[in-house]
Amino acid sequence: MLAHVTTLAGRLVASGGGEGGGGGNDGTGLPILPHTGELIFGIIAIGIILFVAWKKVVPAMEQMYAERTAAIEGGMKQAEEAQAAAAAAKEQYESQLAQARAEASQIRENARAEGAQIVAEMREQANAEAGRITENATKQIAAERQQASASLRSEVGRLSTDLASKIVGESLHDEVRSKGTVDRFLAELESGQIRPEKVGN
Amino acid sequence: MSLSAALTSGAVVTADEFTGPSPADFYQPMWDFGWIEITRPMLVLVLVTILACWIMLAGSRNASVVPSKGQFYFEQIYDFVRGGIARDMIGPNYKKYLPLIFGLFLFVLLSNLMASTPFVQNPPSARIAVPIAATAVVYIAYHYVGFKKHGFLGYFKFMVPAGLAPAMVPVIFLLEAATFFLIRPLTLALRLFGNMFAGHMLILVFVLGGEFLLFHDNWLFKLFSVGAFGMGFLMQIFEILIQALQAYVFALLAASYIGTAEADEH
Repeated sequence: MLAHVTTLAGRLVASGGGEGGGGGNDGTGLPILPHTGELIFGIIAIGIILFVAWKKVVPAMEQMYAERTAAIEGGMKQAEEAQAAAAAAKEQYESQLAQARAEASQIRENARAEGAQIVAEMREQANAEAGRITENATKQIAAERQQASASLRSEVGRLSTDLASKIVGESLHDEVRSKGTVDRFLAELESGQIRPEKVGN
Repeated sequence: MSLSAALTSGAVVTADEFTGPSPADFYQPMWDFGWIEITRPMLVLVLVTILACWIMLAGSRNASVVPSKGQFYFEQIYDFVRGGIARDMIGPNYKKYLPLIFGLFLFVLLSNLMASTPFVQNPPSARIAVPIAATAVVYIAYHYVGFKKHGFLGYFKFMVPAGLAPAMVPVIFLLEAATFFLIRPLTLALRLFGNMFAGHMLILVFVLGGEFLLFHDNWLFKLFSVGAFGMGFLMQIFEILIQALQAYVFALLAASYIGTAEADEH
């Protein structure tokens, strides 16, 4: 700017082309003296432009800016709402998932308990059955043994007396005598005092 | 541009003697009606007014949230003044001064650009009357704001910064009052006038000089005219920059003066 002003000053001093400095109403004054008509026109021109800017342009633009701000803020609000809804849905989904998980675990727990119970019951039942069968078998064996022992005792008694009577030649069928002899023999046999080799000798 | 500039300016091109452009060339009367004399810059001012109003109305008509192409370009200018000048310089209350700052910016910008517009090539802002008119609006505006904000006496009191040594108060008051009432309007008007005046003069020197050399009988002179026109072209590009810059500076200072008057503290 300084350079421009210097140039201007140089031109003013050395001005020789036209007459005067071009200022004032007739162009003969200094260049910094205004021309009245131009001044009036300038003020009117600025006045018109400012009026249009004040009445039409700035209100329209400012309203548009306000609308734009509102639109952007509205969009952000909408996005926030959508986000909140998504978060709520996620939370709901997660709680449902947790609930389902808990339910599943409970069902599994129940099933396990039930299974254990069933196994225990079955085991008990099987044990009972086995016990019963064993008892029956024992009883049967004992009965059969009893029966066998009884029949054997009478058979052996009869055979030995028959044998003895054949050997001795006399009837040992006398009830009182034979009974005591057979019983004594059997008792000795059971206690192991009579050995087979002794009998054989 | 050379021919019309040469025709509109009063510089005389003769075979042997070159007469350079002078400040008097800027005075271009067209019709004299006695009570008013119509000059060429006045007609250019009418063109500037029509152009400014057309740009503003076309750019802001049907202003919508999603801008049209035209509105988009207009918004670039509007936003530049709104955000880059008014909001920065004035502060939170900038919106009510937007018509003033934006209108002045557009007026000064178009007035300056008329220097580089084909077939016009004459900036109204190189005539002192136009910067004076624009400055008068700013001058009235910022004093009005200051008096309204601080009261009549309060405005004068506001010019002196608080916490000053009592002995310094009269000196500072005189300096500040001179700044507020004399220096600011003078510099504001003369800065714009001087830049546009000197810039246009500079281009005239190169173009008229080139023309003189071109039409001179000596063939060597004809060769030199290429350089002169080349410089004129470069200066023209440079001037477009200056024209836009001066419009920005004018609007910036106008906003700054209003911002100062609007401020709570000096």
